Amino acid sequence: MKVLTLNFLTCAVKACKSSSDSFPLHPKDAELVHDDVEVNAQLLTNLLHRLDWKALRTTATELGFPDLPETAPTQEDLENDEKTLKDLHNLLIETQMMEGKLVCGHCGHEYAVREGIANFLLPTHLV
Amino acid sequence: MDYLVRFSQTYETFRLPELQSLATLEGIDMKVVSYKEDSPFCIIHLPNPSTEAATRLVKRAILVQTISELWGHGATTPELHASVKSTSSHLWSKYRNSSFKFWLDSYQGCRSNSARLSLIKEFAYLPFEGTVNLKDPEEEFAICEDWALNAVPDNLPDPKYYYLGRRVAKGARDLPKKLDLKKRRYISTTSMDSELALISANMVMAAPGKMIYDPFVGTGSFPIACSWFGALTFGSDIDGRSVRGDEKERTVKGNFEQYGLVQRMGAFFTADLTNSPIRRSELRPGETGGDGQKGRVFDAILCDPPYGVREGLVVLGVRDPEGKDSWKVRLGKEMHEDPAYIPPKKPYSFTAMLDDILHFAAQTLVDHGRLSFWMPTANDTDQAIATPTHPYMEIVSVSTQTFSNWSRKLITYQRRPDIEVDPEALKAKDNSSHETGRTADDLNPFRRNYFSRFVPETPGVTPKGIYRTT
Ligand SMILES: C[S@@+](CC[C@H](N)C(=O)[O-])C[C@H]1O[C@@H](n2cnc3c(N)ncnc32)[C@H](O)[C@@H]1O
Ligand SMILES: [Zn+2]
Repeated sequence: MKVLTLNFLTCAVKACKSSSDSFPLHPKDAELVHDDVEVNAQLLTNLLHRLDWKALRTTATELGFPDLPETAPTQEDLENDEKTLKDLHNLLIETQMMEGKLVCGHCGHEYAVREGIANFLLPTHLV
Repeated sequence: MDYLVRFSQTYETFRLPELQSLATLEGIDMKVVSYKEDSPFCIIHLPNPSTEAATRLVKRAILVQTISELWGHGATTPELHASVKSTSSHLWSKYRNSSFKFWLDSYQGCRSNSARLSLIKEFAYLPFEGTVNLKDPEEEFAICEDWALNAVPDNLPDPKYYYLGRRVAKGARDLPKKLDLKKRRYISTTSMDSELALISANMVMAAPGKMIYDPFVGTGSFPIACSWFGALTFGSDIDGRSVRGDEKERTVKGNFEQYGLVQRMGAFFTADLTNSPIRRSELRPGETGGDGQKGRVFDAILCDPPYGVREGLVVLGVRDPEGKDSWKVRLGKEMHEDPAYIPPKKPYSFTAMLDDILHFAAQTLVDHGRLSFWMPTANDTDQAIATPTHPYMEIVSVSTQTFSNWSRKLITYQRRPDIEVDPEALKAKDNSSHETGRTADDLNPFRRNYFSRFVPETPGVTPKGIYRTT
């Protein structure tokens, strides 16, 4: 599961959706792997408009990556500064979460991740 | 300039929508000049200069055999020659010295060798001085004939229509073989055939830099097709076993590995679409600007939802949480942290699921992002399931694959920007029309019909064309 995905995922429990604490989910005991992937500048540019930067900063810190700048880079930044592009690519596209848990900051429910596959099925009392 | 598109004569109602989607994707202003469902020949117009655009247009079109510059056409050979002379004479000198060949493409027709040769000889007025090269010519000219159905048994003397074209490029008829299910490591009874999966991927304009999601991913046929075209793909399924497969080679990941596409796997996970962990943005009908696309991340959603035949279509939950199923609720409370625990599921309505998909798409697709899904229906119009609608989702095309007593449709929508949506229409969207009931049969008209009206004469024999298990 690419780290980028954590920017789109929230708690599956309906009652949590309205709480800002349910996003992003917090990785716990995360095992990460790095895969070399060819840089796709077009993809990163498209992503830039769709990312929740604040949530991404939280995720990066929680996964032990160096702090991201406070504000999102602009498209020009990506075009002119190869390091910004590479760093973002490394975090979002090349890094995968293979094992561990994703925890909701609102209800505390833990979603297990095994072999890169997260399980978001809820027991009946949470449906 | 006008071009002759030579379609394959299969999946007729998918052909134009596929080509139009590719035109949109490539930013080509294509106009359809003439098209008929019962003919493989279609005339389109492309703005000049157009050779490069024509090549780009069809390079990944699964249902296109070739595209040619249209040099002339007509209902009789004299008409054809008059048309060739008036349309293409300014082009003739370009090919004066090229090696070339002529060939005959007789749709539904058949000609003797001598008839073929004499037809080709009629074009002797073209001032070509290059050598004839049958194996590897620089230029190929196709004389295309559209014959009536049964022209051969009825011994008809002439076709209905003629075209002459100079071939420019080939479509992608060979691509489905590369992703053939028969050679894929991991498939199931509901895996989508590679040809249809690739056509579907074209309908949603899968391409590099895009993100595409399948919420009913099964063995991954759609994400594989979309990643083949360069997209980063995501998928989920309520059945954890489908994504994990045998946890060795026969997994969704194994399939991506087989085709060298692992880099384009975004994430695959277990989830129920009706209790999805995907973050959704609130709809703001009628509003402009603001945060634009924030929270909406997918360029397309492509899926084949469960039909509810045999296994039934399910969502998380139990039918009677207070009463006879209360023990399942208690069990869940105690057991849910056990990796082996699988939460209970209950039947759900097919039409409600379709509405859920449309609403989910409205909340997660970028502006003009596409949703395409397959939907079964009866051929009998009384029993046919209506095309689902949503104020945010504009219908782009509906294509139908017909079997003996049922059909399935590929319906494609595109997400309207907020400003184009009437807030009242969204409020009025009526959700009360779903089947109410508790059993899979009550909830699902297709399943009900499948087990009553469509049933085969011999018990235990599956009707031809149906191989679904979900
Ligand atoms: C027709 S199959 C899709 C097959 C897939 N296109 C492939 O090529 O393998 C439908 C899938 O939907 C899944 N499904 C059923 N109910 C679901 C739900 N509520 N949420 C998510 N997936 C569900 C089933 O487990 C099944 O794998
Ligand atoms: Zn929660």
